[in-house]
Amino acid sequence: MGKITIGCFSSLVGSMSLDFAIKFSDAAVKKGHEVDLWLSGNGTMLGKKGQSKFRDYSYLMDTVMELINSGKFKITNCEACAKARGIGREDTVEGFGVASMDWYLASAFSTDRILHIGGE
Amino acid sequence: MAIKKIAFIVEKLPYKSETSRLALTHAIASQTVEIHLEDGDNVEPVLAFVGDGVLNCLKNQKALEIYGVSSLESHVKNALLLDLRVLVCKEDLEGFGLTEDSIVMDAEEIGGEVTTQVVPYEEIQQDLESADHLMFF
Repeated sequence: MGKITIGCFSSLVGSMSLDFAIKFSDAAVKKGHEVDLWLSGNGTMLGKKGQSKFRDYSYLMDTVMELINSGKFKITNCEACAKARGIGREDTVEGFGVASMDWYLASAFSTDRILHIGGE
Repeated sequence: MAIKKIAFIVEKLPYKSETSRLALTHAIASQTVEIHLEDGDNVEPVLAFVGDGVLNCLKNQKALEIYGVSSLESHVKNALLLDLRVLVCKEDLEGFGLTEDSIVMDAEEIGGEVTTQVVPYEEIQQDLESADHLMFF
């Protein structure tokens, strides 16, 4: 089995790219792969505590928690991008990592494939 | 011991979104990636500006005065200061009626020693083909 690194820079609400990234991660983990998901830019809002499950608004936390609990999925927020948006470590859901951008590059170093989803 | 080459391809306009800035900051983050890696392992970044992305390299940007944020020009200079390989597509630059005089070619004033390379797309393509990973911004 391989390792896949995904970088996602798009917002949770207002774009479907994060939805795709999580669905893709879920499929990969279920196939036995390891997935590192790096959230930068507006993507960091995925880790914000206190999200509500409203109809027609993306809500991914249930799937994210299942993925984290699988032991094959690491999800990490860009510290600077999150903090700039008022999302500190204390505001971040347990299980999410918080790191600087070099974490993403280090994950890229050891990965088999990168799926990089840029910002819109 | 291994070196992995990562190509950061910037094709988006500056300031319309934060995409191109994130390309530069992620590329610059390669300078500290060693703390996460085994001894002798490292990442070799290459920054390539193509299409609309060449406009990120324009001189005399006023982002700090107008938006209160660091300009993409200053990020490019920081990349040069840190000896990153910075490529600009010659054909795309000319398509906008621009020349080397229009863009950031060096970072001499802050101690940079390497310069921007304006090269035909064919040369950028060779860099992309030799990279281990590509990241499009």
